Amino acid sequence: MNEKDVKEGNVIIKLQDITKSFDGEPVLQGINLEIHDNEFITLLGPSGCGKTTTLRIIGGFETPDSGSIYFDGREISDIPPYKRQVNTVFQRYALFPHLNVFENIAFGLRIKKVPDPQIREKVKQMLILVNLKGFEKRNISTLSGGQQQRVAIARALINEPRVLLLDEPLAALDLKLRKDMQNELKNIQQKTGITFIFVTHDQEEALSMSDTIVVMANGSIQQIGTPEKIYNEPTNAFVADFIGESNIVNGIMIRDYEVSFAKQTFVCEDFGFAPNEPVDVVVRPEDIDIVPVGESMLTGEVTSVTFKGDYYEIIVDIDNFKWMIETTDKVSVGQTIGISIDPNEIQVMKKSEFSGMFGDYSSFSDELDRLSDMTEGAKE
Amino acid sequence: MKILSRIYIALIFFLLFAPIIVLAVFSFNTSGSTTQFAGLSFKWYAELFRDSVAIKALQNSLFLAVTSSLIATVIGTLAAFGIDKMRNRKLKGAIKSVTNIPMMNPDIVTGVSMMLLFVALGSILHLSESLGRTSMLIAHVTFNLPYVILSVLPKFKQMDPHLSEAALDLGCTPTQTFFRVELPSVMSGVVSGLMLAFTLSLDDFVISHFVSSPDFVTLPLYVYNQTAHEVKYSMYALCTIIVAAVLVLLLLINFVGSDNRKKKSKRVIKEV
Amino acid sequence: MKPGSFFKKAAAAPHIIWSVMFIVFPLLFVIYFAFTDNYGNFTFDNLTGLSVYTNTFILSIGFALIATVVCLLIGYPLAYFISRTDPTKQKILVLLIMLPMWINLLIRTYSLMSLLDNGGLINGLLQTFGLSKIKMVGTSGAVILGMIYDFLPYMVLPIYTTMSKLDKRYIEAAYDLGCNNRQVISKVVMPLTVPGVISGITMVFVPSISTFYISQKLGGGTFDLIGDTIERQFQNEITYNTGAAISLIMMVLILISLAVMNKFADSDEEGGIIV
Repeated sequence: MNEKDVKEGNVIIKLQDITKSFDGEPVLQGINLEIHDNEFITLLGPSGCGKTTTLRIIGGFETPDSGSIYFDGREISDIPPYKRQVNTVFQRYALFPHLNVFENIAFGLRIKKVPDPQIREKVKQMLILVNLKGFEKRNISTLSGGQQQRVAIARALINEPRVLLLDEPLAALDLKLRKDMQNELKNIQQKTGITFIFVTHDQEEALSMSDTIVVMANGSIQQIGTPEKIYNEPTNAFVADFIGESNIVNGIMIRDYEVSFAKQTFVCEDFGFAPNEPVDVVVRPEDIDIVPVGESMLTGEVTSVTFKGDYYEIIVDIDNFKWMIETTDKVSVGQTIGISIDPNEIQVMKKSEFSGMFGDYSSFSDELDRLSDMTEGAKE
Repeated sequence: MKILSRIYIALIFFLLFAPIIVLAVFSFNTSGSTTQFAGLSFKWYAELFRDSVAIKALQNSLFLAVTSSLIATVIGTLAAFGIDKMRNRKLKGAIKSVTNIPMMNPDIVTGVSMMLLFVALGSILHLSESLGRTSMLIAHVTFNLPYVILSVLPKFKQMDPHLSEAALDLGCTPTQTFFRVELPSVMSGVVSGLMLAFTLSLDDFVISHFVSSPDFVTLPLYVYNQTAHEVKYSMYALCTIIVAAVLVLLLLINFVGSDNRKKKSKRVIKEV
Repeated sequence: MKPGSFFKKAAAAPHIIWSVMFIVFPLLFVIYFAFTDNYGNFTFDNLTGLSVYTNTFILSIGFALIATVVCLLIGYPLAYFISRTDPTKQKILVLLIMLPMWINLLIRTYSLMSLLDNGGLINGLLQTFGLSKIKMVGTSGAVILGMIYDFLPYMVLPIYTTMSKLDKRYIEAAYDLGCNNRQVISKVVMPLTVPGVISGITMVFVPSISTFYISQKLGGGTFDLIGDTIERQFQNEITYNTGAAISLIMMVLILISLAVMNKFADSDEEGGIIV
């Protein structure tokens, strides 16, 4: 995959200084975003971050309080949804219960008064594209979740939109099906060349499908970039914490390429900070090496070890800060170990409103994490 | 305990239906008596069908039930749609409360209040006759409206809000969205509202009693006039016919309804 | 303005106009007539003059209360027993409860009258067995019986509806926690069916207190209830002002009691109303 910040090409949708509030509660605070032709872009963030509202503004279901939205360079803020060249795959699909599979897919063409033979031909193609050949006459209520999902995609794609909006389309599916649909969606996007704007709160989904990820929190964009960039070079503590696991510690950027944290000075690859600027330092758990105590930069006591299948997840207490380390080495609780961190594994970030909110694993629990994921899915 | 409860149920139902059954039996009685059954005859039925007032009343009733239920269904369905989409909570609450007034108020107050309105309008507009067919139609639409809204509004509430958005997304104008997606989604509520309105209109006596004139008599008004003084055996016949019609209708609705359901479940099984 | 909002706003307009013209205006007319004399001058005389009808009000409220209480006493166990029968039987029984509701009130009242009449079947049978006739039509008992007979289904159905919707797990949980049959009914079933009872009471009390046909037919003209009084003012005597005043008082009474009961029920449950 390319290493560029964002996919190049024609800008198809541009959001400029979009703000929106509901009942005085700000939901979007100045969104600026460019979306390119043929791009698979994902809006990622926790519930309430404004990602769905952004999508609904692009779809025309909400009007921004201020700011503009451009489609192909033309301002469309006041264009109603039925006149926009975008189509949406809705959360829980919103298939019409009074119509069968064929009529659901044909709906958009029927509205455009496309002649019957042409409709039949195109619906047939669509059903092949989404692997639902032979389901024409089926009632919507007799379909499984995955099948309904495919109908919803076909119903949107048949209108040949320039942009397809997908609002957490996989949230209602079980894990196995979700993985399959991820691949399938990616294939469909590559086959059709349509721009996909995908909304999800699932970071794994975002990392594995997208060309570009837009991380959002509290109604503003935190970072835009390729999945690699987002993962390896998060711009602030929120992004670092939300994407994958990370140890985030307070540090001081002594000078370019030299950062101090955990009472030690480390060589790093970051530069461009003021001398002695306070910063957040991110180290991914899988990037930490366990070494003999004598050769180590830091030492600490193991407080928990969890077997994860292909690795162990261990928590190490170093000066009262709990570090998470993912390792294949066998250690035991109570053991004192040394750790070492390579310069290229250290990511230095400017301080932000999210500093100090994340990064310590002292109260970490898998179960809590999963629970919060679930409530998030249920809420949206 | 089980036996006691069965006896209880049987007893109540016996008391509930005894008067009607007795009435039906004696409607076939040759002699004009409610104590002795002299022999089977249809003479009271024949007498009823010779009564042109009764036939006219039936026509009036059917006309009124059809037109008032249709008008109420159209207005009420649109209203339910509008109320459901309304964002202003206070306005929504106010409309709902006003709508419910005819349901909460005793019929006699509704009837009296409308009579006052029509009489006043009549004197303002110098109409020779302010009560009759038109006032009846207006009154029946008015008391039907809340029942239509009551059966349609929950359907709009239950509807996935994304359905309308999906229609807009696929190119429907808001009007097309209403007719192609929203209306079909609430159709079951619309149909039951229509049927309810139809039967309520057919059944109404109290309100009609106040807003009609002798020129426009419906079946219940006819029954009232006929039963005002002495016992009339042709009324036994009419009552029996009405009860039979209600019974057939109710069985039909239930029978057809369950048949449909069976068909549907069969189809699902076949396809799965 | 949001796209399509005109259609959404306009959709309710016919209904709003209709409601104002034919619900609000008529009620304003009732108030107007209640506070004016024959010449349209403002007056309290209509309302103060109602003291003549104190007995009528007391009698009506009394009859309606007795009928409502008896309906509840008969109807609640009936609804409970029906809800405990097996599903196919239940369907038939519910149909039988609903059947009288679809039969016109006049017919039901008239059939009851024919049965209780001096020349009716009951007195006929009594005579056949050599007993003397009992005068039933024209007694207060007959009027109250008429109310019970006519409105019992309206008590049973809403109670039955809330009972059948009752989650069976509550009952199982109560047994699990040590309740016996009686305690399950008093501690779980009854509190949870209050909304049904409230709408049942409303649906019996309101028509009972405002009826005039029942008292005309079964009261034999002996009893003058509120409904009879109003009906006479409008149909025969054409004294709209007094009639309007009585109607207003009755309406206010009923609205107050409805409000009080809804406070008690404290729920938006619309399930009780028959559709």
